[in-house]
Amino acid sequence: MSNWLLIIYCGLITFLTRFSMIALLKKEMFNDRIREILSFVPSAIFPAIIFPAIFLDNSGDFQLENNPKIMAAIIAMLIGIISQNIIATIISGLASYWFLIFVV
Amino acid sequence: MNNKFRVFLKGVFDVSPLMIPVVPFGLIFGVLSIDIGFSPIETMGMSLIIFGGASQIILLQLFSGGASSLVIISSVGAVNSRHLLYGAVVSEHLSDLKLIWKIIISYFLIDQAFARSNEYFKKNNDKNKYFHLFGGGITCWVIWQTTTFLGIVLGAFIPEKLGLSFAVPLTFLALLVNDFRKLINVIVIIISGLVATFGFNYVPYKAYVIVAGVTALLTAAILTKLNKKNE
Repeated sequence: MSNWLLIIYCGLITFLTRFSMIALLKKEMFNDRIREILSFVPSAIFPAIIFPAIFLDNSGDFQLENNPKIMAAIIAMLIGIISQNIIATIISGLASYWFLIFVV
Repeated sequence: MNNKFRVFLKGVFDVSPLMIPVVPFGLIFGVLSIDIGFSPIETMGMSLIIFGGASQIILLQLFSGGASSLVIISSVGAVNSRHLLYGAVVSEHLSDLKLIWKIIISYFLIDQAFARSNEYFKKNNDKNKYFHLFGGGITCWVIWQTTTFLGIVLGAFIPEKLGLSFAVPLTFLALLVNDFRKLINVIVIIISGLVATFGFNYVPYKAYVIVAGVTALLTAAILTKLNKKNE
């Protein structure tokens, strides 16, 4: 599939998830139970991106020793829990990562 | 001043504070997209056509890992399933709109605009209230396109040694900061992460995001049910 076709399909599916409920929904289709479970979608999906990017190397092998990403991610998570601030989390993670690879 | 324009401006002002984190997110997207090998036009095309930060970054991540198109598209769909919830919540306020406005509003229904406009809709009941969501959405749109463009330009000057691809897991980590304090969310996060990491090499077609997401969501369904029984 060409890159452009891929981009258009991804755009289409993104638009349809936003549009379908606004266009089609009858109120009774979504009970509180479904709403509650959908609220877990970020917690269920985002870690599937986060964990492999931290613990695996480019070829998909475990990289647990000499891996500054693990320590940097832990620092970012702690700062995130304390500050509840998105920018502080990203910056503290990048700063500690750079500190670990360039200074230590 | 015209009422529609006044509500539109209110939307712009209400959503603006939430735009601060969008700036680094857009820059990172632009830089990484060029780094992975998409052209500047394709990168702008993604921001214009998809207009969703998490979807676009997942596209990059899976594309660079060699995932098939079908897996990329379904993973983007899985990430976007949270929008079903947003649509369901705001739909009752938008049911009288013409189809063309429903289409326009849907394009702009992003996390931040949803959060602010949903509060506004609950308190105001004037027939032009959808202009609030329109204003918030356009504000985010302008910032997202501008920062994508700046990321594309800056990308040429950023050395690979900086390891900016690490910004991807960090960005998603940052989006979860509110969830680390809730026990069920923490369990769901750990299960999703472990399934994805151990399944990375074994789940066919790089569908590990979907397998991990579905497993974790089922866990959430079971845990919330058990939690209610104990109450």
